[in-house]
Amino acid sequence: MKELEKQYKKILSDYMIDKTEKNLYIGQNFIRQLIQKNVSPEDVVSIHKNAIAQIFPDRIKEVQSAYDFLIEVMVHYGMAHREHQSLLQKQAEFEIEMNIATNIQKTLLKTVIPQLSSVDIGMISIPIRKMNGDYVHFLQDQEDYLSVAVTDVVGKGVPAALCMSMVKFGLETLEYAYKDPSYVLEVINRVIEKGVDDSMFVSMFYGCLDIQNNIFSYASAGHEPALHYRANENTFYSLEAKGLLLGVLPEIKYSYNKISLKEQDIVIIMTDGVTEFRAHDDVNSREMITSLIAEHKHQSAQQLCNLLHKEIERIQDFKLSDDFSVVIIKKK
Amino acid sequence: MDVLIHFKEDGAKLCGFVEGEIDTFTASGLREELEAVKITKGLEIELDLSKVNYMDSTGLGIFVAFYKRATREGGKVKLVGLSNRLQRLFEITGLSELMDIETDKKVEFS
Repeated sequence: MKELEKQYKKILSDYMIDKTEKNLYIGQNFIRQLIQKNVSPEDVVSIHKNAIAQIFPDRIKEVQSAYDFLIEVMVHYGMAHREHQSLLQKQAEFEIEMNIATNIQKTLLKTVIPQLSSVDIGMISIPIRKMNGDYVHFLQDQEDYLSVAVTDVVGKGVPAALCMSMVKFGLETLEYAYKDPSYVLEVINRVIEKGVDDSMFVSMFYGCLDIQNNIFSYASAGHEPALHYRANENTFYSLEAKGLLLGVLPEIKYSYNKISLKEQDIVIIMTDGVTEFRAHDDVNSREMITSLIAEHKHQSAQQLCNLLHKEIERIQDFKLSDDFSVVIIKKK
Repeated sequence: MDVLIHFKEDGAKLCGFVEGEIDTFTASGLREELEAVKITKGLEIELDLSKVNYMDSTGLGIFVAFYKRATREGGKVKLVGLSNRLQRLFEITGLSELMDIETDKKVEFS
């Protein structure tokens, strides 16, 4: 400290004589050194005070108490500043952990879109925050069966993502039982109900396409109804299916419905991020979706998904208010 | 916009009036208020949602949690005054079959 005081006194008195840019620059570099040596702000003031006392021994008495006051004040400034620094560091650590978690989620909950010769499948799932509260899961058995689960967890962010992994593992363990939508929902409901608190739940639309017989069976657990475009009638039907959200009650029975899927028919499954526009409740979203699909029905399933996303983003002024997921299945 | 709730005792019934927009950010306040409600056996609680302009799934979660706790502790919850939009939300999620929901609280005589 003595050495620093000596150096500072030299720099200060040089500046007092010349008042040049160069002297100022030397002073700035000196302060940088003090930061590296972890000298607190109040100590800097104290160094300055001692230097003044030596340079102007006659005048220091007049300002002595003013410097002492500044030193006291700077003690608190220093504490607040250090606290701020440590918060910034903590925030940076959280940021890193959050990024790791996001990457784990991306790997863990990665959706692979199956490629089939007789069915064209498109999918888009975009989180509003870093972690996605929506999840799409495909299961496929050769060219015989294709099943799809579109899920939405209440809330967003980390809690939603954690709950979603449970859903995924539940679906993975179903193996060959996936052809019965009611059974799937009943099993997943049991898994979730045991593992979540009272305010947590998941909505799921589950559909299974028997590719050889062109039969699509589906069930819903509190999920937004899917849409079915019948090409030969050029009309949309809502795939309504009643069923309670997953995770609310332990033993729930779900029923399922069947439709036959003909050539060029389209099934659109989405989450409420697609149909609910918070700031625009005057927009009839389902009407908008159906007219957009009807207009572009000749495009591929993936193109339709992208188109829908773009259009809905535009309607909401490019600020989506919820996680956004759509699956489109098109019979070739 | 925040969400507010105030309670009024009406004989053996407890009436709660909810007002505002319920989403991920405003939900925690409402959750705390509802968690603080002491439920006694046979207590009837009526929550009026007619002044709720918006509710997302987090909001839904709060009411489900409250309903589950009340049922466990022997109370009864009824939701009244739901707008068409809210009613649709409860219908799609299957909650309208589970919970006691009334859409038109005020019957108007013309």
